[in-house]
Amino acid sequence: MIDSKQYQEYVHQNAQKSNEWLTLTLAFVIGGIICMIGQGFSDLYAYLFPKWEQKDVATLTSITMIFLGSFFTGLGWYDKLGAYAGAGTIIPITGFANSVVSPAIEFRKEGIVFGTMAKMFLVAGPIIVSGVGVSVAVGIIYYIIGLF
Amino acid sequence: MRVGESTYVVQKKVYMEAVATIAGSYEGKGSLHQYIDSIIEDDMWGCKTHEMAEIKMQKTNIQHCLDKAAITQHDLDCIVGGDLINQIVPTSFSAREFEVPFMGLYNACATFGESLIVASNLINNDMNKVIAITSSHFATAERQYRYPLELGTQPTPVSQMTVTGSGCVLLTDKPCDKPYISQYTVGKIVDLKCSDVNNMGAAMAPAAFDTINAHLQATDTTPKDYDMIITGDLGRFGRETLHYLLSQEGIEADNLNDCGSIVYSKDQKAGQGGSGAGCCSLVFCSYFYPMLCSRQLRKILFVPTGALLSKDSPLQGESIPAIAHAVTIQID
Repeated sequence: MIDSKQYQEYVHQNAQKSNEWLTLTLAFVIGGIICMIGQGFSDLYAYLFPKWEQKDVATLTSITMIFLGSFFTGLGWYDKLGAYAGAGTIIPITGFANSVVSPAIEFRKEGIVFGTMAKMFLVAGPIIVSGVGVSVAVGIIYYIIGLF
Repeated sequence: MRVGESTYVVQKKVYMEAVATIAGSYEGKGSLHQYIDSIIEDDMWGCKTHEMAEIKMQKTNIQHCLDKAAITQHDLDCIVGGDLINQIVPTSFSAREFEVPFMGLYNACATFGESLIVASNLINNDMNKVIAITSSHFATAERQYRYPLELGTQPTPVSQMTVTGSGCVLLTDKPCDKPYISQYTVGKIVDLKCSDVNNMGAAMAPAAFDTINAHLQATDTTPKDYDMIITGDLGRFGRETLHYLLSQEGIEADNLNDCGSIVYSKDQKAGQGGSGAGCCSLVFCSYFYPMLCSRQLRKILFVPTGALLSKDSPLQGESIPAIAHAVTIQID
């Protein structure tokens, strides 16, 4: 039989590959639309609450987008959109909400404590760990630079 | 009787007296919808969990098969079978509902081939009636091997979709005008170091090649001696790859077919096709078995294929070992 190196080569050359232009375009358009919706909420809140500071408007916008991401995950729509959009639905904050809510729903069957609570960060865990890790590292660098 | 390194001729013919099939709603919209006995409308099927739905599917299927053969569970000598889920819970738990001796088997998607071989041996050792059953469920497999259902992931073009369904066959030593098992080859594990967990077809095709090649040599046959060579769930790419591997060895097989490639219709979004322990049992029992009974096919080589990985083994840097078992099924 063919050796494993030749076989890998055959598979690499013949297996169907993603249509990059299509997937990139879909990710760009759908991800872009999600971000435009976020910007729309940001503008709306700035208009409704003119006395608010920019960072409060941004917080309320994030909360709104997280709510919408979670809500559409609960309705079972977000994963259908994700099948087309790929990174376009993963990168925005709605994707983060989706990555927390989907295991929370999935593992509810094993109970609230050992299911939902224990496995809620199954997918989002690496994002949180790397986020915290990087922010600590940046904080230390910032501190050292500040000494001089 | 041994005729090759791991090829055997079944001494006492093992007849497939009856079959029963059940499938999920998406499979029910596929190309085989008119051949499947029962199609469940919703994949939870009124149960609390998808696992319970899979158990119910198996239980219903076994009972349906017994009803078709007009026998009761007390006439059965054994139930053999398996599925994809940890500790083969769906099969063990469905067997809990019957007062029948039980053997749980696991060879991933090749479990149905393994079950037919084990059942043939049991029948050649004085058992009279044995049920062979396998099942898989998209939602139970997805949560075990991949991600939560609601996570917005994008499947790769080479990935396959786990079939929600089950096929069940009642095997007997009582001669009847039904297809029978005449030979089999127990496959070896073949691993050509594929590591892409999305491309199961590529991982399994060499195992299918190895077993088919061994079976043809041991039985001194060529692909032309069979009306069809039917693999389990290689998918479209895997089937092309198998064709390539065979042609490299000078074996021309124009009669290859694959259960995974035909279970969904072309316009359904299922990547390269179906997969799962229930895929080949569902397709064989619903589609090929009636073709054998009506003698549209008279002799087939049925080769269920399986990828023997866990969710963790690729993360630990392991490649994907694969297996295939071949069973000659024919009708006089």
